[in-house]
Amino acid sequence: MARIEVHKDHCKGCGLCIDICPVNVIETSKEINNLGYHPAQYKGEGCTGCTLCFYTCPEPDAIVVYRKD
Amino acid sequence: MAQLKDVLKKPSSFYDEFLRKPDNYQQDTHYCPGCGHGILHKLIAEAIEDFGIKDRTIMISPVGCSVFVYYYFDTGNFQVAHGRAPAVATGIKRTHPDAIVISYQGDGDLAAIGGNNILQAANRGENITVFFVNNAIYGMTGGQMAPTTLLGQKTMTSPYGRKATWEGYPMKVSELLSTLEAPAYVERIALTNGKNLMKARKAVRKAIQAQIDGKGFSLVETLSMCPSAWRMTPVDAKKWVEEAMMKTFPLGVYKDVLDEREVGSWHRALETVPIEKYHEILGLAHEGMEVEGDVESVPKIFRNPKVLIAGFGGQGILLLGQTLAETGMRHGWNSTWIPSYGPEMRGGTANCHVKISSDPIGSPVVSEPNILIAMNKPSLERFEKDLAPGGLLIYNTSMIDIKPTRTDIEILPLPATEMADEIGSLRVANMVIIGAVLEKTKILQKDVVLDSLNAVVKHKKFIPMNSDAINKGMEYARNYKG
Amino acid sequence: MAKELIKGNEAVIKGALLAGCDAYFGYPITPASEIAHAAAKYFPLAGKVFLQAESEIAAIQMCYGAAGGGVRVMTASSGPGISLKMEGISYSAGSELPIVIVDVMRGGPGLGNIAPSQADYNQIVKGGGHGNYKLLVLAPNSAQEMCDLTMLAFELADKYRNPTVVLTDGFNGQMMEPVEFPEPVKKKPDKTDWAAMGDAKTRKNLINSIYLDPEEMEEHNVHLQEKYKKMEQNEVRYEDYKLDGAEIIGIAYGTTSRVMYTAVDEARKKGINAGMLRPITLFPFPKVKIRELAESSKVKAFLVSEMSNGQMVDDVRLAVEGKKPVNFFGRMGGVVPTVSELLEQFEKAAK
Ligand SMILES: Cc1ncc(C[n+]2csc(CCOP(=O)(O)OP(=O)(O)O)c2C)c(N)n1
Ligand code: SF4
Ligand code: SF4
Ligand code: SF4
Repeated sequence: MARIEVHKDHCKGCGLCIDICPVNVIETSKEINNLGYHPAQYKGEGCTGCTLCFYTCPEPDAIVVYRKD
Repeated sequence: MAQLKDVLKKPSSFYDEFLRKPDNYQQDTHYCPGCGHGILHKLIAEAIEDFGIKDRTIMISPVGCSVFVYYYFDTGNFQVAHGRAPAVATGIKRTHPDAIVISYQGDGDLAAIGGNNILQAANRGENITVFFVNNAIYGMTGGQMAPTTLLGQKTMTSPYGRKATWEGYPMKVSELLSTLEAPAYVERIALTNGKNLMKARKAVRKAIQAQIDGKGFSLVETLSMCPSAWRMTPVDAKKWVEEAMMKTFPLGVYKDVLDEREVGSWHRALETVPIEKYHEILGLAHEGMEVEGDVESVPKIFRNPKVLIAGFGGQGILLLGQTLAETGMRHGWNSTWIPSYGPEMRGGTANCHVKISSDPIGSPVVSEPNILIAMNKPSLERFEKDLAPGGLLIYNTSMIDIKPTRTDIEILPLPATEMADEIGSLRVANMVIIGAVLEKTKILQKDVVLDSLNAVVKHKKFIPMNSDAINKGMEYARNYKG
Repeated sequence: MAKELIKGNEAVIKGALLAGCDAYFGYPITPASEIAHAAAKYFPLAGKVFLQAESEIAAIQMCYGAAGGGVRVMTASSGPGISLKMEGISYSAGSELPIVIVDVMRGGPGLGNIAPSQADYNQIVKGGGHGNYKLLVLAPNSAQEMCDLTMLAFELADKYRNPTVVLTDGFNGQMMEPVEFPEPVKKKPDKTDWAAMGDAKTRKNLINSIYLDPEEMEEHNVHLQEKYKKMEQNEVRYEDYKLDGAEIIGIAYGTTSRVMYTAVDEARKKGINAGMLRPITLFPFPKVKIRELAESSKVKAFLVSEMSNGQMVDDVRLAVEGKKPVNFFGRMGGVVPTVSELLEQFEKAAK
């Protein structure tokens, strides 16, 4: 099963990952992180491990994709 | 194409912490949310990691929003002047051909202020990789027009929209560079949907691989989002790239001759030459004939020759002077030679000044010669008055139909050009003169002059003829009864 | 030692190779082109890089790249090209890169002409580029010094991590004189602590002139100023020509100093107690020695001559501090002062 991890304090809430996810499993969190943004968060299931959220994310350490976990 | 890894996380070619970044957020970039720069950084970082080249890599940070590329990449780093990255890259790569040199530039940087630098580096086929971020605007300075700004696009400096008849058309860098022969690979990519991102990833890797393989210049133009200066949300910015930018800047491969090029064909390796060879390379190893100069037998006036030689360009004036100076040096004396220089050079006249002296020579300028050699009429007219009293005037009667007027000097009229013609070449008239100078002044030894010619004369086949001319000149002077 | 009758411009390149120069980047301009010609001829034979750049702007930036990579590198040009290099010179000073730049001065402003001049003094010695920087400036006055000071320039550039200029003029570049060439330099300094060479050892290094934080920028500036102070303490060089007991002190550099030697001798023949101080380093300037002379009761006046509107003379005046009269004689636009002109000036100063 694939999954992602969003490191919420390194996310700038740009929404690009949410927009690109083909199966719509990322959403905006209500929380405000220490950079002052609403970070992205994984809905918890359904990730196919397509990696697109990783590649579209401009931040080096905001998203980790585990393709075979 | 390299397989995707099982875990995709921050590539190890990024620093663990961005310690050069002056704020408290040393895991995060300085870029605005949704900025294309960050996306491209990640693709480059991944390639550097996968290729195992971070030790060899030198990243060049430009001026623009990506001025701080060096915060992030755990590679050798240069920060450089606006637009000059391709020139700096050239300097690094030429002297470190094994380094992987990556020039990262925005569109103001690359296409405006650095336009010629990128064009020329591409045309030289520098074996470097250029990542060109086209976001149709100047991000860093607050959203001014770039050469790539779209027609009608409003920016701070095109507030009513860019107009072709005022600011010209958006500059298509990939198209432009792909018309050159040297570049190996030029592609335009975008960072929008999944398909484009995967193409972008492939292009980034291909461009770096091209350099590793020594196949020459590659450039990847990236249509990149600048949500801040465009005043859009990141997602809208992405749409604008697809809907507006791509119309003007179609994606695709503009040049790819990688398969036609041999590995290493554009790798400019440097040869190691032992320094023991330097003197030989510099032509310093030759052993010229040297003698100890002796002035006892020389008439006083000629003991410190100050020679002014004047005539037409092409009469061998400069060579004549050089031969005298070289010979003087080989007698153990100081000597100077200066060519006519500056305004005097106009109109095909040439002259030079030679000083030879056992003392250090102060001013090399000969304003009052004790030997004047006039090879044509204007020279005689102009310089006769300057000759020191008791000095020697040699003038070329083949070219001069007037007579000198001074009576306080020694005069040798010499049909140098005609004599040279008889010897076989008009070009040796200067050597006839040297012969006469030798005979008259006695200060320089003939065999040293002949040996000096080896150092001074470029075409060695003239040397026998030169020697003949010198003898004839000496003979003429010896037999001349004034 | 190997001796050769050679143009100053060519002696620069032979000296450079003997000093271990690894690369030359330049753009043609009279009267500096022979330097490029010689580099193009000899550098490839020694396995070194010669590359003609697209402009002087690019040439100095190529030097920036090479120097940042830790190799010895040089460029050469004249007025119009030197103006274009100012961007790169300021960056190199900021990034503390050892680059050797030869300026064979010609008549200006603008396109001017190709005749010898000394009108780039202010541009090179006082600035020209932006920021609080100083260049080490060496001023040869013979073909021999074109070789020797070029070699020294590489040493000093590395010693201080500072761009270093050999400031000369068209006359000195075109003049041929005997030059004794030394043996090649065997050992070059290790730069792995700061240069980025594209290897594991230097991966951590950054070549950089940007300091966003004003405090940090100031700190860097202070560091630079300290370095310049060290240069002033250690690197002043000048020639003393008959200064002992002299009453009228001539001051000139480069080609003008050649004319002045003769003028001093002629003046002495006429009973004027003349001497000359010839600055060999223009920065650091021999101001301590000049002040000492100004304070000497023996010295009556100074005579500064330059092929300019009077640029170095400002530095002389600062050093003299009004203690003695400072006369100036300049020719401009490519005209070289003559011995008789300078002699006349010595006579005037002696009155
Ligand atoms: C010689 C010079 N002129 C102007 C500037 C100011 N400047 C800094 S960044 C920049 C524009 C950069 O735009 P671009 O290359 O498009 O990069 P972006 O910021 O969009 O990534 C300018 C004009 C400068 N630093 N140097
Ligand atoms: S890896 Fe693909 S499927 Fe999984 S969250 Fe990211 S974008 Fe969605
Ligand atoms: S793309 Fe990255 S920065 Fe943007 S919202 Fe998603 S995780 Fe956050
Ligand atoms: S201004 Fe534009 S290019 Fe610059 S960081 Fe922000 S989004 Fe990126």
